[in-house]
Amino acid sequence: MTVLLGDDPSAGDVGTEAADADVTTESVDADATADRKSPDVPVVDEWSISRIVRTMVPLLAGLSVLQLISGTVLETFEATLLQYPALLVLLPVQIGTAGNLASIMCSRLTTQLYLGTYEPRLSNPDVRANVIAVFALAGTVFGLVGVAAWAIGVALGGDLGLARVLLVSILSGMLLAVVVVIASVVAVEVSYRVGLNPDDTTIPIVTNVCDITGVLILFAVVSVVV
Amino acid sequence: MDGHESARDVYRQALPVVLVSLVAGLFAGTILGSETMRSGIESVPGILLLLPAFLATRGGVYGSLGARLSTGLHQGLIEPTFELDRRLTNAIVASFLNGMAVSVFIAVITYLSLFLLGRQGSLFELVGIMLVAGLLSAVLMLSVLITVIFVGYRRGLNPDNVIGPVVTTLGDVFGVFFLLVGIYVVGVIT
Repeated sequence: MTVLLGDDPSAGDVGTEAADADVTTESVDADATADRKSPDVPVVDEWSISRIVRTMVPLLAGLSVLQLISGTVLETFEATLLQYPALLVLLPVQIGTAGNLASIMCSRLTTQLYLGTYEPRLSNPDVRANVIAVFALAGTVFGLVGVAAWAIGVALGGDLGLARVLLVSILSGMLLAVVVVIASVVAVEVSYRVGLNPDDTTIPIVTNVCDITGVLILFAVVSVVV
Repeated sequence: MDGHESARDVYRQALPVVLVSLVAGLFAGTILGSETMRSGIESVPGILLLLPAFLATRGGVYGSLGARLSTGLHQGLIEPTFELDRRLTNAIVASFLNGMAVSVFIAVITYLSLFLLGRQGSLFELVGIMLVAGLLSAVLMLSVLITVIFVGYRRGLNPDNVIGPVVTTLGDVFGVFFLLVGIYVVGVIT
């Protein structure tokens, strides 16, 4: 993950970030190509195959090792998952939505940080709007997903009741929203204090952390409810 | 993004993207919960172990390619045409290599974790499944992503806004599906 660090924290292109992807991008090249004109700076070819591979493979390998944590949890719950297909249906949504919500939250907080309207307090209207929106989005998504996962689960031959699937989905979704909010605020705050560009560091880290926590929370709730 | 946006504004803006990935997730989940996939999970130890890593790297590999191409287009370093210039070819080849290298790496660490968990696993089987799934995802993701970015860019869409949903949607749905194909192919061979 260290390849992302050490970038110029004063990069000027931050205001236009769209709150979209849960992709772990490396935007290092955006700054590097901008000041290539100066002849005494050695030109690094950002488009050479070996450079792209050498930057990305360690990062991706590190993330894969991290993702094994949630894999191990899944493997321990194999019997439960195979018995109740509704939970398997829930799984990709749980993995994906956590990262999505986190990237929206981080990207907004970072933009507000650069615009000077950021202050990590609930009394700050911007932060409060973000937090309420994340909870509302989580409620919408996990409510819908609960019903859909139950219906698909029944179609696939499972027998888990609607109330229980809905309870698992909404309870884990709301706990997840709490994690997303806390993780995003902490990540933005820490990278700002350490002097790193939060645009480069927070999204890859927080989306992955939230993906993993998403699975952990799902199965903590499953082991209590199911 | 300027000024104060209410929670309602944020909700309205973010909802479409979140719903797209919700639908994608449900498709992926349906494949995952299907009878065929469940018997695959049962017969090949390690499938659930590698699932989160496999899905997450789709986003990492092809999301970063999308971001790179988008930056290149905005900077005028590459042209939105399907002629292969050096930069475009390099970016595509590098993503392909990244995707395949990481897929094999995932198979190996999954095998090692199975060993540590005290369970039986087959390295050959896991590498085989990851190679098939990685290769099929690479072909699909590269062709769709490049087409969407270039065609979108020529029609005035900002690729930055398109990459996220495209990568998440296709990556999840086809990731799980190609995993299933991989299990099937390796099952036929062995």
